[in-house]
Amino acid sequence: MTAIGRSRALSTGILPRVLRKPLGVVSGVVLLVIVLAVIAAPLIAPADPLAQSLRDVRQGPSAAHLLGTDSLGRDVLSRLLYGGQESLAGVVEAVLAMLVIAVPLGVVAGYLGGIVDRIVLRVVDVLLSIPGTIITLAVLAIFNNSMLVAMISVGVLASGAFIRVFRSVVLGVRQELYIGAARVSGVDEPRIVLRHVLPQLRGVLLVQITLFAAATLGIQTGLAFLAFGPPPPAPTWGGMVAEAASLIQIDPWLLVPTGGIIAVTTLALCLLGDAVRDANQERFTFAGSAARRSPAAARAVERPAAPEPSGRSAAGALLAVRGLRVGFGERGAETVVVDGVDLEVEPGEVVGLVGESGSGKTVTALSLLGLLGANGRIVDGSIRFDGQELVGLSNAKLREVRGAGIAMISQEPMVSLDPSFRVGSQIAEAASAHRRLGRRSARERVDELLRAVRLDPSVARKYPHEISGGMAQRVAIAIALAGEPRLLIADEPTTALDVTVQAEILDLLRGIQQRTGMAIVLVSHDWGVIADLCSRAVVMYAGQVVESAPVRATFAEPRHPYTLALLRSNPHDAVPGEPLPTIGGVVPSPAQWPVGCRFAARCAFATDACRQAPIPMVDVGDGRMSRCIRVDALREAVA
Amino acid sequence: MIRLIVTRLVLSAVLVVIASLAIFVLMSFVPGDPARTILGANATPDLVARLREQLGLDQPLPVQYGEWLAGVLHGDLGQSVLSGDPVAQLIAVRLPVTLSLLLLSTLAISVIGTVVGLGSAVRGGPLGRLLDTVSLVGLALPSYWVAIVLVALFAVAIRVFPATGYQPFVDGPVPWFLSLVLPVAALSLGGITIVAKQMRDSALDVLGRDYIRVLRASGIRERSIVFKHVLRNAALPSLTVLGITVVGALTGAVFVENVFVLPGLGSLVTQATTSHDLPVVLGVGVVFTLVVIVVNLVVDVLYGVLNPKVRVR
Repeated sequence: MTAIGRSRALSTGILPRVLRKPLGVVSGVVLLVIVLAVIAAPLIAPADPLAQSLRDVRQGPSAAHLLGTDSLGRDVLSRLLYGGQESLAGVVEAVLAMLVIAVPLGVVAGYLGGIVDRIVLRVVDVLLSIPGTIITLAVLAIFNNSMLVAMISVGVLASGAFIRVFRSVVLGVRQELYIGAARVSGVDEPRIVLRHVLPQLRGVLLVQITLFAAATLGIQTGLAFLAFGPPPPAPTWGGMVAEAASLIQIDPWLLVPTGGIIAVTTLALCLLGDAVRDANQERFTFAGSAARRSPAAARAVERPAAPEPSGRSAAGALLAVRGLRVGFGERGAETVVVDGVDLEVEPGEVVGLVGESGSGKTVTALSLLGLLGANGRIVDGSIRFDGQELVGLSNAKLREVRGAGIAMISQEPMVSLDPSFRVGSQIAEAASAHRRLGRRSARERVDELLRAVRLDPSVARKYPHEISGGMAQRVAIAIALAGEPRLLIADEPTTALDVTVQAEILDLLRGIQQRTGMAIVLVSHDWGVIADLCSRAVVMYAGQVVESAPVRATFAEPRHPYTLALLRSNPHDAVPGEPLPTIGGVVPSPAQWPVGCRFAARCAFATDACRQAPIPMVDVGDGRMSRCIRVDALREAVA
Repeated sequence: MIRLIVTRLVLSAVLVVIASLAIFVLMSFVPGDPARTILGANATPDLVARLREQLGLDQPLPVQYGEWLAGVLHGDLGQSVLSGDPVAQLIAVRLPVTLSLLLLSTLAISVIGTVVGLGSAVRGGPLGRLLDTVSLVGLALPSYWVAIVLVALFAVAIRVFPATGYQPFVDGPVPWFLSLVLPVAALSLGGITIVAKQMRDSALDVLGRDYIRVLRASGIRERSIVFKHVLRNAALPSLTVLGITVVGALTGAVFVENVFVLPGLGSLVTQATTSHDLPVVLGVGVVFTLVVIVVNLVVDVLYGVLNPKVRVR
């Protein structure tokens, strides 16, 4: 869908959206037919619903009686059409009663807040705890089986739950900026509610009405089933089920049309409600989701020839990634987001993986552990860890590598711990994932690991919500260390933390690395972090590695224009008073990768040759590799 | 935690008063005279007046309510207008039936709902779609209709279970259980699908969380991830839904008891409603309110146990 098409779709209302969904259309039409047929019963019913014919008792469906006849020879279809009038009227009465109470109270509570809100919520609590059936039955007893009063009381009693729903929607709307703007500019409050708040409620209102109508239909027919409706011979849907039930051994067919009409109506209401809900949600979330997937263009990108391994020897490497391609989406039509990545990590080496958002560095890191999720898979390439090929390994075999061979810490420490379990239990679980530990030795191990990340062992008793982000990241590191991994993948380990805490975490990582000699792949977009910890930097752009070199050399003389641009846009080096340097343009999405150099569009050095064909990685001396054919020009410019 | 329970209990007491008061106020709107309704149109005014006095109907409404409430506190729920039996006694005889039905249904809804929901979240694909379909059908079919079909299938056609009636637990657990299988099935179907759907949605949500990836990255077994971490975290939202479902099953019990001719509170209150026997309706109302309060309290306590953020030290 084009951008224009999308924005037009965004501006349309709920109804056209519902009509675009097959289920919405079908259920809407079914409902409309049922309602119209019931209303028009006197006009379209083939027979008098009360006319008995003892010659035609309990007949199955036929041309004369489309749905057969009952035990008194009355036409079932006609009885259903007339009987629906009572049921549907009951539904309308209950829905209206619910709306009259729930909408004003919900809006007032949500919009005004404070004491009004609290009082309304108390009332709701009471309403929710009253057993509605009993009250409804009591009402029936008091008001002499008046279905009207009973259905109104059903609506009133159910309004509690709906007050809550409407209140929370209004609460959300109230906090939106334009409401605040309207208030500040002096629009009077009732007007704001009418013009701005209520329209937002419309979608939710429709959903709730359909769902409540479905529930109410069940109650209404149920009451009629229990003989609280109009007395026989008047037809009612529930009463007809009761009649069918009494004849179940003689004529089971009667259960089908009588239960069927209730089920079909309920189903149509539920499905319509679902369709409205989906349409409603789309209105608010449409923009973001669909953008990423456009597989055709991605497949058109030719795979560059796998480069020869550089001067570095692969034999001694702890981790050797070759030609890694990772795709997302349907099998066979994946959108490739990591495209031919080579990466080597020596034992004990700290390698930085650098790039902007969308360069594929996190996906590369996750694929090392086989943790791409259900939607992603390794399309091609090889990942050898400690001599073992990881690509194509079963989950059970991979599990043995995870934690014990390769471990991971992630960007958001606060959400990387299970909120329901104590910190200590989570560390202990990781520690005993690969070897059996008794209760005592597990506790000792937890203490030891907490001390290793410079936390007090008492932290083990805390829940994740009781500790700070910095502490949580330390705990996450302790969990990662629990299996004594030989390689740690740290995906932006400090991005979510305060600056002072960042330095502490980096210190901690460095200390642990020096003590244990484990290798680290540090994913980051922050050159400061890379310079602080890493010995080698691997720069990624648009799913490819574009430069790989010792960190010191990378800083002094970048050998790829993208590296140069990244270094220049480092905010730490910005001149005060000058605008922050940035790289013009954005990282192209996988769908838009060009055939030639993927950075060419944003590159000051690009020539026509750059755009013609895929650029291979070339050895540019001193154990450095670059995916650039303009290295000489770059060298001159930097010098 | 204890504060939470105490607050809840106080609120519940207020609730019983409000709910019963509501019924009393409604009674004041009654167009006819209960005494006349009972005695019929041919009764002499003298006779009606005497019955009114006997039933306390000659007192002003607040006094009537006060006396009724005082009685409730002493376990006296008044007398059936129809039979003259104490309401408390009528209820006591029938309570075990409804409670058995409710407990077994709660068990079925929570266990089957959880297993199906979790299973379809983890296995996904066809099982998930099947659950979608079944749950829609389960929601659409009225529980009393399902009950009738169950009777037709299992009790009449292949005679596996008794069609109707109740066997007390004291006469042996097997007949008791067999007599409840069909009612419980009819009562639970809707609840199972609701809980299963909620369980699946929240399990899928949990499976997408970062901490699950971290657990996998630490080499934790998938079994432990699903049954310990996913189940525990997905249980919270499902618990709320389970509570609502069980309260809903109370309503369903009224219908199901009637279909299966179970001598429980549901069929009692239906008969009482038909015969305008208000003290009985009111008494059952109090018991149902108490059940709702207990269910909500249990849900609150379990919620606190499962969610460390609620737990107050």
